[in-house]
Amino acid sequence: MQTEWKFTAKDIAEKPELFMSGHRACAGCGPAVVMRLIMKAVRGPTIVTNATGCMEVASSIYPYTSWATPWLHTAFENVAANASGIDAALKILKKKKRIKQEQVDIIAIAGDGGTYDIGIQALSGAVERGHDFLYILYDNEAYMNTGIQRSGGTPLGASTTTSPAGKVLPGKLEQKKPIADIMVAHDMPYVATASLYYWRDLITKVRKGIEVNGPAFLHVFAPCPRGWRSDPAKSVELSRLAVETCIFPLWEASNGVYQLSTLSKIYALNPQKKKPVKEYLQTQGRFRHLFTPQFEKVADEIQRVTDERWQRVLKKCGM
Amino acid sequence: MKNAVKQEIMALNGDEAVAYAAKQSDVDVVAAYPITPQTIMVEKFSEYVANGEVETEFVCTESEHSALTACLAASATGARTFTASASAGLALMHEILFVTSGCRAPVVMAIANRALSAPLNIHGDHSDTMTERDSGWIQIYVENAQEAYDSVIQAFRIAENLQVLLPVIVGLDGFTLSHTLENVSVLSDEIVKKFVGVRQFLKVMTHEGKMVPFKLDPENPMTMGPVALQNYYFEFKRQQEEGMKNALKIIQEVHDEYARETGRTYGNGIVDAYRLEDAEIAIACIGSTAGTIKTVVDDLRAEGVKAGLLRIRTFRPLPTEEIAEALGNVKAVAVMDKSMSFGGNGGPVYHEVRHALYDTNKHPYTLNYIYGLGGRDISPTQIRAIYGDLQKTLQAKRVENPINYVGLRD
Repeated sequence: MQTEWKFTAKDIAEKPELFMSGHRACAGCGPAVVMRLIMKAVRGPTIVTNATGCMEVASSIYPYTSWATPWLHTAFENVAANASGIDAALKILKKKKRIKQEQVDIIAIAGDGGTYDIGIQALSGAVERGHDFLYILYDNEAYMNTGIQRSGGTPLGASTTTSPAGKVLPGKLEQKKPIADIMVAHDMPYVATASLYYWRDLITKVRKGIEVNGPAFLHVFAPCPRGWRSDPAKSVELSRLAVETCIFPLWEASNGVYQLSTLSKIYALNPQKKKPVKEYLQTQGRFRHLFTPQFEKVADEIQRVTDERWQRVLKKCGM
Repeated sequence: MKNAVKQEIMALNGDEAVAYAAKQSDVDVVAAYPITPQTIMVEKFSEYVANGEVETEFVCTESEHSALTACLAASATGARTFTASASAGLALMHEILFVTSGCRAPVVMAIANRALSAPLNIHGDHSDTMTERDSGWIQIYVENAQEAYDSVIQAFRIAENLQVLLPVIVGLDGFTLSHTLENVSVLSDEIVKKFVGVRQFLKVMTHEGKMVPFKLDPENPMTMGPVALQNYYFEFKRQQEEGMKNALKIIQEVHDEYARETGRTYGNGIVDAYRLEDAEIAIACIGSTAGTIKTVVDDLRAEGVKAGLLRIRTFRPLPTEEIAEALGNVKAVAVMDKSMSFGGNGGPVYHEVRHALYDTNKHPYTLNYIYGLGGRDISPTQIRAIYGDLQKTLQAKRVENPINYVGLRD
């Protein structure tokens, strides 16, 4: 791999905006900020392909677009196949000297629905074939574009429109699928998790994913105030709380070797700093029912599973 | 034809003929997934790749859905693309068929026509492509392996024509054509490469008023496959129909230009009339059955029966005027369907031929014959009986049974 890209906040501010203002995302939208930040990490000519979802719909309503880079959307479940086709085309067109650019990078973007659920087949296939692209999962933990339905990325206990908290059920009954670990199991060159709050870490990881030869996967935690029933002013703080509670640990895995990122290392080295998950849960209306006597055990279960998964992460990272 | 170029004769089955045509057509990206009876196409092409005989990126995808998606995305990036499928594979592509035509991506796809499940059946009928007739793809159905070879080469020119910019399906009957060895005249690599040429791009205007190529080009960023709501969606769809209308002319032009090189014609490229000039009774069909019907027509003609055949080569766009003209003077016509339109009162070819005939002043009697589902054979004797039914219809001056099933167990 190349030496790590060093940048200052000024460098980032001065880089052109490839994801531009004027899009139709909601106030406090986490994914929209993620889009802007990832496009600050590109190293040169880049083709973006988007699965159907919030970011696709909010950014491309004809005759307007937020994308100042070539951009393709075809459907929901196939963004990794889009990337496969673009990769194959670029390779052969370069060989036949039918395009000028020596290097064109490919970024595929999808939400949790398009990744955990309907898109996982295309993603797994594209990674197995070794296409050279960076896949970015912006995870807002439900099908927000269609109105907050549960996905494989929705956490235990979250109330969504298809896993509503009711008189007998405490919201979603199942755990969040460990998607990034599933990608590591593909023996792919680079997998990482990132959070909106830690923008420098996020941009660094995007750049690494672009620079690596072959497929890279970046799982970005991106709060959705509409779906999470949270304060739109607090999206960035929520993404920090998810790391501070170790609900969403930050790590990277190069060729299958896990390494804890600095910002999560704090809690590995100073376990007393790790915040209880209730601090995170209480910021969001989707978990409100977990603070009633009937369902408070689910909140305890979330704490238990979070701790268990955190220990597993530490073990994998050799901590 | 006198001026035809020198050609080599190869023993190829339909699938091999398709793969050979794709090999010669300077295809940039092939993305495909295997399914019977299309597999030989993918296998052959893989061999060409393995032996370094093609300059093509071959993507062996994990599903047909991804195969067509990859072709669409590669096409949007500027590549010439090809794929192949059949039956369930085409059905799995269904969603992306509409996206491909809607994105105006000139992908070429060969389909070894096969029945749809259930019950599972791997043999030839037209259920798969007939289901996709409204997907915005041009559909060409061939009669033999030679025509499969010729049509795939022509398909690239048709799809990529800037007045068309629509994807093309070339359909060949599963097993009957896909797996049957024939003598196929093939052109030299150079001639095919010259005939298909290098892909050209439509120039479109950016919001800054600049004219740029219609593709994913880092120098000229373009948003492709956007959202278009009530205020614009309709215009996109209407423009697609314009491409279809233009295709009718372009298919004939490409066919004629190809005929000048090879000496081979298939009617006028859209309909292929056989002994129809003075025919009183006729069969209209698509695909390989036309070959069998022709021999029956010859026999009947020898007996003094004025029988003829209309093979519809281009089913999308539907050549309504040509069908009406070809069948306008016939007194009774039997329309053959190798698929069902459940609850639709007859098969799709029957519906569309009757639709084409509505605007003529003379309305021949029309009968529908559904045959060959799941690969069931149709014999010359059965075809002769159909012409017999047409004669009886003329005598009775009325259609007794409009919808008929050929060779069906009682």
